[in-house]
Amino acid sequence: MVDIIRTQEGEYEVIKIIGEVDASSSIELDNAISEAVSGGGKKFLVDCTSLDYISSAGLGVFMSYIEEFKKQDIHLILFGLNKKVANVFEILGLDQLLNIEENKEEAQAKLG
Amino acid sequence: MKYCYKVPCQKEMLREIRSFVKDVLDKHGLSEEDISTLVLAIDEVCANLIIHTHKCNASDSIELEIKFKKNKEVIFSIIDKAEMFNINQYEEPTLDEIIKRRRKGGVGLILVKRIMDDIQITTDQKKHICRLSKKI
Repeated sequence: MVDIIRTQEGEYEVIKIIGEVDASSSIELDNAISEAVSGGGKKFLVDCTSLDYISSAGLGVFMSYIEEFKKQDIHLILFGLNKKVANVFEILGLDQLLNIEENKEEAQAKLG
Repeated sequence: MKYCYKVPCQKEMLREIRSFVKDVLDKHGLSEEDISTLVLAIDEVCANLIIHTHKCNASDSIELEIKFKKNKEVIFSIIDKAEMFNINQYEEPTLDEIIKRRRKGGVGLILVKRIMDDIQITTDQKKHICRLSKKI
């Protein structure tokens, strides 16, 4: 079960993930990112402070956008991952390939 | 001690499977970090079977058994009537390959192999068993 809330905050959009992203709910995350990007925005923050769990299906969603975002100069930064969720990214080394920051302030600063 | 759980092959049951595994591991005093990674590994194997092998057919089911050995080892057995893909023969794609192909899948089994100490696939009286073990 996952809820996704999209909020425009000035020049960037915040995508807040609430709940668990697994094989049954990852499609909702995928749809939300896809819709957000189709609006033409270039700067996104993904608020993971209420993300309780992520499996490979959720990781796969983020990985599938890396190339497209590079080509289109889209910046997406995740922040607020709890220890268990962060560990899942680290097991694969994805923390080195995605932009992940500790908190919203640091994510905003990185977004520029 | 052995714990068993039989579930229909529906994606929505993954949450129940995670809850079952977490509850069992909690009873045995594992660290939060160990619990979360083991729950993840079992979720990945079950998701693979439910989605790819059984195409989310709710009339099919899989069984999960959790056993604790005296030598401080926990063994998860996932039992299925359908033949199983042998994780040990899975050729891991690199993360670069997955990213370049914009694939959404492909990392679940990599996670399982990194988390577990040993994975065995056996066949026993028309049942196929994926046995995953971890020293605790």
